[in-house]
Amino acid sequence: MTTAALIILTMAIPLATAVISLAVRNQPNLRDSVTLAGAVALFICVLTVLANFNMGLPFDFELIEFQPGIAIAFHVEPLGMVFALVASSLWILTHIYGIGYMRGNNEKNHARFFACFAVALFATMGIAFSANLLTLFLFYEVLTVSTYPLVAHKENAEAKAGARTYIGILMGTSIVLLLTGIIWTYVITGTMDFSPGGILAGKVEDGFVPVLLGLFAFGIGKAALMPFHRWLPAAMVAPTPVSALLHAVAVVKAGVFSILKVGVYVFGIDNLAATGASVWLMWLAAFSILVASLVAMQQDNLKRRLAYSTISQLSYITLGVALATSMGAIGGGLHIVTHAFGKITLFMCAGAIYVATHKTEISQMRGLGRKMPFTFIAFGIGALSIIGIPPLAGSWSKWLLVLGSADAAQVRSMLGDPSWPQLIMIGVLMVSSLLNIAYLIPVFARGFYGSHRDVAPEGGWRAAIQEAPLFCVLPSCITAFGCLVLFFYAGDIAGFLEPMTAAIPASTNGEGQ
Amino acid sequence: MTIFEAVHQHAPMLTVLVPMLSAPIIMLFGNRQAAFAIALTASTTSFLLSLQMLLLVAQGGVISYHIGGWAPPLGIEYRIDAANAFVLIIVSSISTVVLPYARRSIADEVAARHHTLFYACYMLCFTGLLGVTATGDAFNVFVFLEISSLSTYVLVALGAKQDRRALSAAYDYLILGTIGATFFVIGLGMLYMATGSLNMVHIAQVLAEGESNRTVRSAFTFIVVGMALKFAMYPLHRWLPGAYTYAPSAVSAFLAATATKVAIYVVLRFIFSVFGIAEEFERNTVQYIMMPLAVVAMFAGSLMATFSLNAKTLLAYSSISQIGYMLLGITLLNSTGLTAGMVHLFNHALTKGALFLAVGAIIYRTGSALVPHMAGLGRQMPWTSASIVIGGLSLIGAPATAGFVSKWVLMQAAFEAGMWPIAVFVVLSSVIAVVYVWRLVEVLYLQPAPEGRSVSEVPMTMLVPIWALALASIWFGIDADFTVQASRTAAEALLAGGFGGEDATIMGTRGRP
Repeated sequence: MTTAALIILTMAIPLATAVISLAVRNQPNLRDSVTLAGAVALFICVLTVLANFNMGLPFDFELIEFQPGIAIAFHVEPLGMVFALVASSLWILTHIYGIGYMRGNNEKNHARFFACFAVALFATMGIAFSANLLTLFLFYEVLTVSTYPLVAHKENAEAKAGARTYIGILMGTSIVLLLTGIIWTYVITGTMDFSPGGILAGKVEDGFVPVLLGLFAFGIGKAALMPFHRWLPAAMVAPTPVSALLHAVAVVKAGVFSILKVGVYVFGIDNLAATGASVWLMWLAAFSILVASLVAMQQDNLKRRLAYSTISQLSYITLGVALATSMGAIGGGLHIVTHAFGKITLFMCAGAIYVATHKTEISQMRGLGRKMPFTFIAFGIGALSIIGIPPLAGSWSKWLLVLGSADAAQVRSMLGDPSWPQLIMIGVLMVSSLLNIAYLIPVFARGFYGSHRDVAPEGGWRAAIQEAPLFCVLPSCITAFGCLVLFFYAGDIAGFLEPMTAAIPASTNGEGQ
Repeated sequence: MTIFEAVHQHAPMLTVLVPMLSAPIIMLFGNRQAAFAIALTASTTSFLLSLQMLLLVAQGGVISYHIGGWAPPLGIEYRIDAANAFVLIIVSSISTVVLPYARRSIADEVAARHHTLFYACYMLCFTGLLGVTATGDAFNVFVFLEISSLSTYVLVALGAKQDRRALSAAYDYLILGTIGATFFVIGLGMLYMATGSLNMVHIAQVLAEGESNRTVRSAFTFIVVGMALKFAMYPLHRWLPGAYTYAPSAVSAFLAATATKVAIYVVLRFIFSVFGIAEEFERNTVQYIMMPLAVVAMFAGSLMATFSLNAKTLLAYSSISQIGYMLLGITLLNSTGLTAGMVHLFNHALTKGALFLAVGAIIYRTGSALVPHMAGLGRQMPWTSASIVIGGLSLIGAPATAGFVSKWVLMQAAFEAGMWPIAVFVVLSSVIAVVYVWRLVEVLYLQPAPEGRSVSEVPMTMLVPIWALALASIWFGIDADFTVQASRTAAEALLAGGFGGEDATIMGTRGRP
C-alpha cells in the first residue's frame, strides 16, 4: 500500500471508530470491541507507515488545496513518526484500561466518551503527520474541541468550571497567538511548509525572531508553558483514562511536539543558535520546570500532583528546543516517548486506586500498597523512570538533555557569548530530578511503609490484596514494563530521530516540494 | 431565437424580473400552498440565472445589459461583473435554502391570514436586493433599495403574533431605514448635480475627468452615511438587534444573511467604482473614520452578544461585530483586504443563516428564544444543537470552518498593509466570540433539561436547510479555493474602478434594429 493511502487510513480508522461506536452505542460489548479493534488497526497501520518510511518510500501527500498555494498536506518525518507510534500504541492500552475504569466506576455516556476519544486520536494522527503549519493548526483545534466533552464528562459544576478553563486557555492562546504567528510567518516567507533547516532563516530581522518564537511558544498552549499552564490541572476533573492518554500523552505531547516541530522545521536549530532568539525561552522553561515541581509538592490530590509534574516535564522538552542544539532537540524528542510511558503508568495507577478505593488524596493512601501491590509497584517503576534512574527509560532522555545543555554552552562560547546560562541548565535538570524524587517517591513509599495498624492482614497476604479490576491493573503493569524495555532501545529511537536536525538532506528536499 | 438563447440574452433582467412578477401572482392566487410553490420556483430560477452569470464573468468579464435596448448613459443599464455576480449568488442561494424552511416556521410564527402576504413581501424584498445588486444605474439602486426596505418593514412586523415588540422594532427600523435612504438619495441628487448623469459608469468617468469639489465630497459623505445606516455600521446599528430578534425566524435568517451584505456591496460599489477612492478626502474618510468604527464594532458587538439573554439578540449583536470584520477588510484598501471583505460576505451569510435557522428551529419546538430555556437541548434536539456548534465555531473562526478562511485572509491583509495591530484586534475580538458561543454550548449540552419538557427534533423540511448551510460552512472552510478565487476576482474588479472597463459584453439589444 502506498504511504498516501496509509496516511489517509491512520486518520480514517479513528474517525470510523468514533462513528461506529456512536452507532452501536446501546450494545456495550460490541461497541467496546469495535473500538478496541479500531485501536489495534490504527497501531498496525502506523507500524506499516514506519516500515514504508524505513524503506525510504515517498511520503508526501496533499489532501486538498485550501487556497491557491496553501494545502492541507501530510508528510512523514522521524519526529512525527515517533509521536504517532507512541500515541497509537498507548491508545490500545488506554482503551482496555478505559473499559475497566468506566465500567468499574459506573460512569455514564460511554459511547460519547469513547467516540470523542477516537476523534482525539484522529486529530493526534493529523498533527503527527502534518506537513505544514496550516494542517498542524487545523488538527490542533480539532483536538481542542474534541477533548472538551471529555473534560466536561461528569457534567457537574466542577467539571463545567474545569472545562471552561480548558477551552478558554487552549482556544484563546491558539487563536490570539498561534494563528497570528502562523499568518505572520506565511506573510514573511510565503510558505508554511515544514522544511529541514527551517524556513525563517534570513527572512526576519533578528530582533523579531524572539517575538515570533514567543507567539509560537505561548500560542501552543497545549505545551503548558507557564503562565498558560492552568488548563492542565483544571482538566484533571476528567475521568482518569482521559488524564492518562490525553493529558499525559496525546494532547500535551501534541503541544510540545508542535513546539519541537516549529523550532526545528520553521525556525531551524542553527538559526535559533545563531540569533540567540531562544535564550529567553530557555530561562522560562527552566522556571517552569522548577516552579511546577515545587507546586507539585504542595498538592495532596494525586492527579493534581501528577498534572503539575507533567507541566514540569513538558518544559524539559521545550527546554530541549530552546537549547538550540541538535542534541537538545533529540533529547526533547526522546523525552516525548519516555515521559509518555512513565506518566501514563502513574495516571493509570492513580485511576486504579480511585476505582478500587475511591481515594483521591495522597494523605489517604497510607498502607494502600499492601492492598494493591501491583498497582503500587507499577507506580514506583513509572516514578523512577520519570526521576531518571537507570535502568529505566527516563534516564536516557534526561542524559541527552544534559548533554544538549553542555553542547549549547560550547556553541555559545564558540560564538563568543557567555556560556554560563547553558551550564546553569545542567544544574536545573539535576535539581529538578531531586524535586521529582521529593514529590513522587513519598506516594509510593507511603503505600508500603505506612503504619501496620491501618490494615489488618487477616488470612494471609492473598486475602489482603484488593486490587482494582484486571482491566485497570494490567495496562499499567504493561506500560511500567515498557519503561524498562525502552531503556534498552532508547539509543535506537535517538538514532531514528537524528535526521530531523541534520542539515538539509540531499535528495528529499527539492525546490519547494 | 430559441427560448434558451432568449433566456441567456436577458438573464440579467430576468433574475430580477421573475421574483418581481411572482409577488403579484402570489397575491392573485391568494392560496398558501400555491404561494409557496410560486415563491420557491421564482427563487430557484433566480439562483440558476445568477449562477450562469457568475460563470460568465468569473474570469473577469463584464456583462452590460441595456434595458429596452436603450443604450446608456441615457437608458438604464444592468451591469454584472464578478463582484455583483458573487453577491447575487449569495442572495439567491440563501433565499432558495430559506424558503422550504420558512414554510413550516411561518405556519407556526405568523398569523394564518398573513401567510400569502408573507410570501409576496418576501419575494418583493428578494427582488429589491437582487435589483440593488444587479443594476448599474445609481437611481435604480435607490428604487430597489426602497422596494426591499419597505417589504422588510412588513416582514419584521409580521413577527407580532409571537411578540408584540415586533411592531416597535419594525417602526424603529422604518424610521432609521428611511433616514438612511433619504441620506442616500440626497447624495445621489448632489452627484447628479455635479455630473449630470445617473449611470454609474458615466458618473465615474465624469468624476475622473473633472476636478473634485465640495458637492462631490458631500455626495460621498451622504451616500456612505446613508448606506452605513442600512448595513448597521457601529454606531448606526440601533435598528438591527430589535429587527432581527422579533422578526419571524425565517426572516431573521434571510435578512441577516443577505440584506446587510447587499448594503455593504453598494458602499463598495460607490466607494471603489463610482468615486474611485482617488481623493485624499475619500481615503481619509475610509481610513480614519470607518476603520476605527469597524474595530469598535468588532469588540462592542461581541461584548453585547456576550451579555444577551435572547439567542436571537445574541446572534444579531454578533452580526454587528461580523459586519465590523467585513468593513475592516474593505477599509484596508488593498486587494487582499477587499478579498477578505468579499469572502466574509459569503462565509458569514452561510454561517449566520445556519445559526438563525437553528435558533428558529428551537423556537419552533420550545417556543422560547431565551438562552437559559435551551438547557439540555443537546440531547433532545441533537441535530439542531450540533448545527449551532458548527455555526458557532465558524463565528469564532476555528479552522475547517468558513469563518477561519475569512479571518485568515483578513489577517493576511492586515500584515500585508503593515498594520499588525489590526491583526491583533481581529484575534482578540474573536476570543470574545469564544465566550458567547461557549455560553450557548454549555447551556445546550451541560445543563440538564428542565423537568417535564420533552421536545423532539424538528421535521426534515427544517433540518435539511439548516444542515445545508452548516455543511456548506464546513465545506467552504476546507476547500476555500472557489470562494477566495471568486472574491479575489471580485476585489480586483472593484479596485480596477469604473465598473469593469470598456469592453463589456452587451446584452439585451439582440433582435432590435
